[in-house]
Amino acid sequence: MGGYSLSDLGNIFVMQGFSGLSLFSVLLLMAIGLAIIFGQMGVINMAHGEFMTIGAYTTVMFSQFADKHGFVAYYFVFAIILSFIIAFAAGYLIEFIMIRHLYKRPLDTLLATWGLSLIMQQLFRSAFGAKEVSVTLPDWLMGSFKPTPDIDIPINGVFVMGLTLLVTLGVYLFMFRSRWGLRMRATTQNSVMAGSVGINTHKVDRVSFALGCGIAGVAGAAFTTIASTGPTSGSLYIVDSFMVVVFGGAASLIGTIASAFTIAQAQSVLQFFMTSALGKVTTLLAIVTILMLRPEGLFSVKVRK
Amino acid sequence: MKAIYSNLLGGKSGAVGLALLAVLILVILPLSLDIFRLNLVGKYLSYAFVAVGLVLLWGYGGILSLGQGIFFGLGGYCMAMFLKLEASDPVSTKIQTTPGIPDFMDWNQITALPAFWEPFKSLPFTMVAIIVVPVLFAFIIGAAMFKRRVGGVYFAIITQAIALILTILIIGQQGYTGGVNGITDLRTLDGWDIRTDSAKYILYYFSAFLLFGCILLGRFILSGKLGMLLLAMRDKEERVRFSGYDVSSFKIFVFCVAAAISALGGAMFTLQVGFMSPSFVGIVPSIEMVIFTAVGGRMSLLGAVYGALLVNFGKSMFSETFPQLWLLLMGGMFIAVVMYFPNGLAGLYQQYGARLDKLWQPLARRLAKRNKVVAPSQADGSPQLVATPVIRKLAEKAVVTDEPVHEAIRTRRPA
Repeated sequence: MGGYSLSDLGNIFVMQGFSGLSLFSVLLLMAIGLAIIFGQMGVINMAHGEFMTIGAYTTVMFSQFADKHGFVAYYFVFAIILSFIIAFAAGYLIEFIMIRHLYKRPLDTLLATWGLSLIMQQLFRSAFGAKEVSVTLPDWLMGSFKPTPDIDIPINGVFVMGLTLLVTLGVYLFMFRSRWGLRMRATTQNSVMAGSVGINTHKVDRVSFALGCGIAGVAGAAFTTIASTGPTSGSLYIVDSFMVVVFGGAASLIGTIASAFTIAQAQSVLQFFMTSALGKVTTLLAIVTILMLRPEGLFSVKVRK
Repeated sequence: MKAIYSNLLGGKSGAVGLALLAVLILVILPLSLDIFRLNLVGKYLSYAFVAVGLVLLWGYGGILSLGQGIFFGLGGYCMAMFLKLEASDPVSTKIQTTPGIPDFMDWNQITALPAFWEPFKSLPFTMVAIIVVPVLFAFIIGAAMFKRRVGGVYFAIITQAIALILTILIIGQQGYTGGVNGITDLRTLDGWDIRTDSAKYILYYFSAFLLFGCILLGRFILSGKLGMLLLAMRDKEERVRFSGYDVSSFKIFVFCVAAAISALGGAMFTLQVGFMSPSFVGIVPSIEMVIFTAVGGRMSLLGAVYGALLVNFGKSMFSETFPQLWLLLMGGMFIAVVMYFPNGLAGLYQQYGARLDKLWQPLARRLAKRNKVVAPSQADGSPQLVATPVIRKLAEKAVVTDEPVHEAIRTRRPA
């Protein structure tokens, strides 16, 4: 790291750290959804990235609508809610049509949902065109704020992070402080037993899957603030998000947060010192190596077998 | 002689299936297609290698690898490196700043051949490397994962990540690997021009024979004790482990075999298509290869070949006329196969083939009765076994009698 003075290095770390936070936010939102679906239900949802894209396109559409009717300043809050609802509904439907027939064959869910992701990508391409589209950001989301002259922190990054923390908190409350969460955890630990004490496990499964997809939709809304949306946007994040979930230890919320943070920050800081490709390779290699040494991930919880 | 007939060729039905496929690939297709189309078929056949490897690994071993593109790519790149070095002799590259190195290196301001390219000047080394490099890689991955009992979903995700890593590396290190374009403009193999029509015919037949060799190898593995162990491991891994077998070694072995077969496919791909690029290494091609296998039938070596041929035919036919429809169709087909026909085309044939025979000839009825499917009970909902001779044998010996699997295996174990 020759050529950089100590204060330069400090500034680089702060700025790359904050740009890593945007990546962290999207990864974490994606991974929380996946952690619910994979960790709680053992379903590998390869179409998860496409549910994120649903959220992103919803936000883009809604922003155009807001542009026309002149409420750009505060549309974003509604867009997030709408993204969640639409992705949730799509997930609910997909679970009903497809996933529920495959619970006993986890490897096959992976293959079937990959087929689903192909179909969804093609549908996006037919409906919205192959060109990438982006949202009109309200003024208060643009620009950056400078605590010192050398440090630039983009406001949209901070906003996305705030949103992520809020969603994470919401998921925590839902999973560990609500009746529904209790049912979900019971179903995870022992589905048959949960059924015999009167929990409708099919319904719990359906809502869990839909919830995971809904959170992916929110990730999509967050994604629009940092990049433009195309039909294949979601598939770029799918491997990374899976690595986050596996690395963190499936079904562990804290593990997911910790590993999303580690992976995003490592990528972001390494990308500054190496090329962007090498930074990513190094991070992924490190994760794969760690996973080989510790297959159960950072924080492991007992998962439904 | 009889052992060879019943094990390698799979008895009467296996031999007939093999002969039908051989007639199709060696006679019908070359006679009915022009050389351009036949070359395409040759390309599909090189995918069929991967599918055959996946039948061993996934269908029988129960190990889903989403990174078979890694080995296909490694084999292909080894071949391509040799061909590229031959194509860039100092005479034909004299307009470059540094003559005698591949053109893409020159474009990337590299002035000397990197050390790891050096050995690929020799053909014998290349031919060994095509097998050894991917197998070594598979051994390292397999040993690291299976010894620590990483399996199932985790294995799938990690192999996928490795495929991604390799793709990013190849694309990123443009000067050493040709980047996103890959290694292109390959001309001769040891002085023999591979672009002529006659060379294309020879390469087509060569890869077809190699493919049949791989199928026979697969049958040999599956018809022995190892094949039984693989199935037993897939269905009840713990039981096999408790009866004293080192499960991880068997998994590593079958993973390496699948890697070697895929690598052969990769090398044949490079020879027939004339280039190799990272778009055959990454996640999408790797999953597509799993699709070929699933469509053809994950439990059938021959089915996998049909799967690779049919899916690719469909792909090139549809993407020429309705490019938009193709992805929808492929996705839909894939979902349908996974959900409703877990044994793919071969499974459908097993299920309904007997009925067709009955319509055609009364003679076939007796045969069909004799070959009737013996499906062992499947407690865990994994796809039903189909009655290939091997499985029938296994079913008779072990599972149907509900005798514990390890008992059956132990009795066959040499003292």
